Amino acid sequence: MDNQKAKKELKIIEDWCKGCGICVAFCPKNVLTMENDKVVISDLDKCIKCGLCELRCPDYAIYLEVV
Amino acid sequence: MSSQLIKNNFREDRLPHIWCPGCGHGIIMRSLAQAVENLNLEKQKVCVISGIGCSSRTPGYLDFNTLHTTHGRALAFATGVKLANPELKVIVVTGDGDCTAIGGNHLIHTARRNIDITAIVFNNNIYGMTGGQYSPTTPTNEFGTTAPFGNIDKAFDICKLADAAGATYTARGTAYHVNQLTKIIENAISNKGFSLVDAISICPTYYGRKNKKGAAVNMMNYLKDFAVDAKVVDKLPPEKLENKFIIGEFKNTTEPEYTEEYMKIIKKYQKER
Repeated sequence: MDNQKAKKELKIIEDWCKGCGICVAFCPKNVLTMENDKVVISDLDKCIKCGLCELRCPDYAIYLEVV
Repeated sequence: MSSQLIKNNFREDRLPHIWCPGCGHGIIMRSLAQAVENLNLEKQKVCVISGIGCSSRTPGYLDFNTLHTTHGRALAFATGVKLANPELKVIVVTGDGDCTAIGGNHLIHTARRNIDITAIVFNNNIYGMTGGQYSPTTPTNEFGTTAPFGNIDKAFDICKLADAAGATYTARGTAYHVNQLTKIIENAISNKGFSLVDAISICPTYYGRKNKKGAAVNMMNYLKDFAVDAKVVDKLPPEKLENKFIIGEFKNTTEPEYTEEYMKIIKKYQKER
């Protein structure tokens, strides 16, 4: 993984998640799952930090933070 | 506690927004903020104006100059804002009903004038806020609360409508093809003249439920599978275009712009006085 991506961290704002499941369905690596109508990170090691979840989350509840 | 894009361009204390779970409007609103950021526009030079409807909640969340006006009249207010303050980048956020039914006349005349305004239609094919009535973009034979036996009207192609009325930039994007939509919005804002972006959204709560189109994910998959890019349309056989809709840029031309022409008149006759 290149340096730029290594500096990014996947974050979830649980209060903002409305449980639509769009991020779970369009994650290319199946990193995410739904639990009690909220998104959770089930397998962080598989995350390639592509940002597709952030791009399509209608509620801005999941994003990559530059650390 | 939220992403940098949200911190920079949104009124964070207003979030989360009121739109339903899976509503595509949030995706399009983020895309608009991304486009403004990509263009490096000064926040004080951007004015976002809306009418009434689900889409029209947008100015409440975006941290630019914002104006929430009356049903269908956002373009009329925007014309006033632009003429009073021509250096502003004026962006109108409207819905399919707000833009083409209640504000249909404003749409065609704003397009005819080619005034430098960018209209982004959050097109979810239904009136969401008022309870799922069919709109001018509900396809024929589909259902709404006011069309319980199917809609017999034909749907508007908003891009063709704006094109025929005189808009100099028309394009269609979707809530699924986000990066393309962002690029389209950037080009629309950059165009000096009237630009119309038909941004196809999803409404799982009313349009989806009334027409048994499934949940948000199914509706996103529909956008993915049934959208055909304008660049490849000519190369495809007609059977591959059945039931499909076309996305991409349709028109990008330059014509005299209204505020500039208006200022020319003022300059000319002030000299003579």
